[in-house]
Amino acid sequence: MNAEVRKIKTAAELALVDAYAAAKPKLPGTGALKALREEAFKRFDAEGLPHRRVEEWKYTDLRALMRDLKPLAAAPDAKAKALAKNAGKLLASVESRKLVFVDGAFVAELSDLTPEAGLTITSMAQALAKGDALVTAHVGKVVATNDVAVALNTALMGDGAVIRIAAGASIARPIHLVFAATTPSSMFTRSLVVIEKGARAMLLESHEGASDYQVNAALEMVVGDDAHVDHVKIVSDGAAALHVSSLMASVGAHARFNDFSFTTGGAVVRSQLFLRFDGEGTVANIRGATLLKDRQHADITLVADHVAKGCQSREIFKSVLDGESRGVFQGKIIVRPKAQKTDGRMMTRALLLSETAEADNKPELEIFADDVQCGHGATAGALDEDLLFYLKARGIPAREAEALLIQAFIGEAVEGIEHAGLREVLMEAAVAWLKARG
Amino acid sequence: MALLEIKKLHVEIDGKKILNGLDLTIEKGKVHAIMGPNGSGKSTLAYVLAGKADYKVTSGEVLFNGENVLAMQPDERAAKGIFLAFQYPMEIPGVATMTFLRTALNAQRKHRGEVELSTPDFMKRVRETAAKLSIDTEMLRRAVNVGFSGGEKKRNEILQMSMLEPRLAVLDETDSGLDIDALKIVSEGVNRLRSPERSMIVITHYQRLLDYIVPDVVHVLSKGRVVKTGGKELALELEAKGYAEFADEAA
Repeated sequence: MNAEVRKIKTAAELALVDAYAAAKPKLPGTGALKALREEAFKRFDAEGLPHRRVEEWKYTDLRALMRDLKPLAAAPDAKAKALAKNAGKLLASVESRKLVFVDGAFVAELSDLTPEAGLTITSMAQALAKGDALVTAHVGKVVATNDVAVALNTALMGDGAVIRIAAGASIARPIHLVFAATTPSSMFTRSLVVIEKGARAMLLESHEGASDYQVNAALEMVVGDDAHVDHVKIVSDGAAALHVSSLMASVGAHARFNDFSFTTGGAVVRSQLFLRFDGEGTVANIRGATLLKDRQHADITLVADHVAKGCQSREIFKSVLDGESRGVFQGKIIVRPKAQKTDGRMMTRALLLSETAEADNKPELEIFADDVQCGHGATAGALDEDLLFYLKARGIPAREAEALLIQAFIGEAVEGIEHAGLREVLMEAAVAWLKARG
Repeated sequence: MALLEIKKLHVEIDGKKILNGLDLTIEKGKVHAIMGPNGSGKSTLAYVLAGKADYKVTSGEVLFNGENVLAMQPDERAAKGIFLAFQYPMEIPGVATMTFLRTALNAQRKHRGEVELSTPDFMKRVRETAAKLSIDTEMLRRAVNVGFSGGEKKRNEILQMSMLEPRLAVLDETDSGLDIDALKIVSEGVNRLRSPERSMIVITHYQRLLDYIVPDVVHVLSKGRVVKTGGKELALELEAKGYAEFADEAA
C-alpha cells in the first residue's frame, strides 16, 4: 500500500489556503512575480506544512507545532508604530543605520534613510509592485530550495528590505534590519541584499515582539567576488512567538562571509541557512549561540554547499539548554565534484543545564570530490564537575561558577565576530540571560 | 587552639576505603609535610579538605578554627581560608586568568563581608604578585591554564594562593612535573607566604621539594593513616630507605 493517506489539512494549513486566496489580489507584483507566488503556493498546497516525516524537519514538526494561523498582519497604525519606537534597543550601543519593520511592513519615519554613496535602499513591497529589476533578477532564484517554509514565504511575501551595495563600496555603519511585532498576527517578510564585487558591509537583523505572533522571514543575499560581508541575526522574539527564518546566500570568489545567529527568544524557532559557495577561495565563518529555557524549542538547520574549489568554511554552533528546552542543530556540508581543496569544519556543542533539556545534533557530510578536508564534531553534556570544583575551591559560589563557565562556553562562538561592540552586546545579552536564570 | 584538627577520619570513594582513621593536628604558622607511597591517601586528604563531592566521609571530624569543615561547601571553605593548590590544575577555556582571579578574590571578600577590591588596586596587586613569580601580564590575559606548560600551571596556582592569602594552604604534589628552575620559583613563592598566621600542608612523594620548603613537621602516610611523625630529618631518612618499611608496617 503506497497510497497517499494524508490529504486532510490541519486548521493552520486550511487557514493558510484561505489567507492566500483572500490576500492574493492585494499582494504586490505582477507577471513573473505573480507566477512565482502561484507556483510556490502550489508547492505548499500539495505538501502541507513540513512535519517530522520530512527528513529536514524531523526534529521540528511544524505541522504539529503550528496549531493555527494568526491573521495576516495589517499595515501598522499609529499605535503599532509608537509601540515599535524603541525596537532594536538591544543593539543601541552599536552605531548603525536602522531600517524598521513593524508587523512586517517598512516604516520610513522610524528608519534612517540618509543617503550614502554606493548604497540603495528600497522597500520590498514597492520593489515588487513596480517590478524592480534587481528583484525580478534575484528573488526566488539565489539558492534553489524545495523547502516549504520558503515556499510559503514566497507565496505570501509582503514587505522587507531591498538593499544594493555598489561594487567597491564600503558601508561605514552596520545596516540594522529591525523587525518588531506588535500584534498577534502573522508576517511574511522577504528581503534581498545584493553586495557587489569588492564591496563591504555589515548587516544586522533583529526580531522582537511581545505577543503570540508568527514570523516567517526570508532573506536572500547575493555576495559578489572579493566582497566582505558580516551578517548577524538576533532572535529575541516574545516567549509565545513562532519564528521561522530562512537565509539563502550565494557567495562569489575570494569573498569573506561571516554569519552569526544569536537566539534567546521565541517559543518555537527554526533558523534555516542555505549557503552556496560559487567562487573559488572564499572564507566563510558560520557561527551561532542559542540560550534556551522553559519549553523553548530552537532549531538551526544549515546547508553549506561548496560548488567551487578551494573554499574554507568553519561552522561553530553552541547551545545552552535549561528547563525542558530543546535545541536542534542540523548541519550539512556538501562538496560538489569540482570543489577540490575544500576545507570544511563543523562543530556543534550543547550544554545541558537540566535533566529535562534535550539536544539533537545531526551533522552530515556529502562529499563528491576526492581532495578535500572536511570534518565535523558534535558534543552534548553537562557542565564539567571538575571544572566547577576548581572554581568553587577558589571561593566562587556554585551559581556564579556555573555562570562563568557558561559565559566562557558561549564566548568561544561569540569571539569570532569581528565587530567588538557587537561582541560586547551579545555577551551582555548572555549575561542577562544567566542573571534571569537566577 | 590548633588551626586544623583532623580526628579519626574515614573516607571512601566508590565504596573503596582510602582514609582509615587519619589523625592530624596543625598549629598556626606551621608547615607540615605529608609523605607517603602512591595510593596512601595523600591526594584524597587534600581533596577532602577542599570539599570535592566524589569523596564520602564515613566517620570522623575535621575542625578548622574549631568549625566543622565537613558541613561547608567548597566555596565557603575557601572563604574561610582553606586553599588547595591542585596537583593537576584545570584548564578553563574562555575565562581569562585575570577575570578568574578577580572573581575568586571578590567572591571571598563578599563572603567575609568585606568590600570588593577596586580595579586599580586589584591590577596593582596582581601585577606585583605575578612579577615575583615570573608570570608576565600576557599570561594573565590568556584563558586559565589553557596552553600553559606544567611549570606555568603550578606557578599560576601559587599566584592564586598569593592573591587569596589563605590561612591554610594545601599543596598537592606541587613539585610534580617541575624542572629545577621552576621548582625554585614555586618554592620561593611559597616561602614568601610563610607567616606566623598561615599554616601549610605540603604533600609530596619526594624529599626534593622539602630542601626548598623546609617543614616543621613531617608525617608519613600509609594505607590512609599517619604511621610516623617526626622532624625534617624524617624526610631525609625516607629518601634513603624508601617507603618499603611503612608499606609492610601497615599491611
